[in-house]
Amino acid sequence: MITNERRIPIIKIRDFLIVSIQVDMHDRLALQLQTQILEEIARTHARGVLIDISTLEMVDSFIGRVLSGMASMAAIMDAAVVIVGMQPAVAITLVELGLEMPGVETALNMELGMEMLEKRLESER
Amino acid sequence: MIELVSDPGWELLEELNIETEFDIVKARQSVRQYAKDAGMGIVDQTRITTAVSELFRNMYMYAGGGVVRIQKGMYEGHPALVITCMDNGPGIDDITLAMQDGYTSGQGMGYGLPGAKRLVDDFVLQSEPGQGTSVRVAKWK
Repeated sequence: MITNERRIPIIKIRDFLIVSIQVDMHDRLALQLQTQILEEIARTHARGVLIDISTLEMVDSFIGRVLSGMASMAAIMDAAVVIVGMQPAVAITLVELGLEMPGVETALNMELGMEMLEKRLESER
Repeated sequence: MIELVSDPGWELLEELNIETEFDIVKARQSVRQYAKDAGMGIVDQTRITTAVSELFRNMYMYAGGGVVRIQKGMYEGHPALVITCMDNGPGIDDITLAMQDGYTSGQGMGYGLPGAKRLVDDFVLQSEPGQGTSVRVAKWK
């Protein structure tokens, strides 16, 4: 499905933002999401962001760059980004493509991602 | 535009124009469907879809768009999916440099061409400054 106008929803639960990307994003939508998440971090003082990409069938260098850029920017705003649910085929392709995503933390699923963020927050308290 | 000659035995599945960002998404979804129809596994489907996404974006960013031809047929003795991307852009000055990992002339990260090449079974690039760039990739099971 190609979305034109629709925004990707961002949900806040406790200290965290949860984003589930369920569309094949065109470039501008990916950049828009990046800005949207940073604005939500500032607005809600969220300490972590979980981005579920389990339905994404492909991550190319552009989307990869947007995700890692988002992680760096969020880190400056004192929020951690965890990418969850990457499909094995996507992981294989990313490595073969040669794309490194420095600063991006990953978890197998939403639950483990949430645990990661909670542990991080506890260790700071 | 530099025309890459097609094998007469290849079947034309679809021809698309890349003019907008939406066309990139549409075209890569088409390629994935043809890869699926060809019986490729999920990893190969993802490889070819990712590779062409890089090529389509290059056409969009550096040449303002171009033409994509999706074909299937025998390629070096294998039943393959063949995708040809042709544009009227400025062309590539130094192909050796453009094929180096990490090299980029624009906003890209330099994974585009060498990365796409690693994801497919064959990769042909022809480019002349002022005449455009044509890239053909082939993927078989």
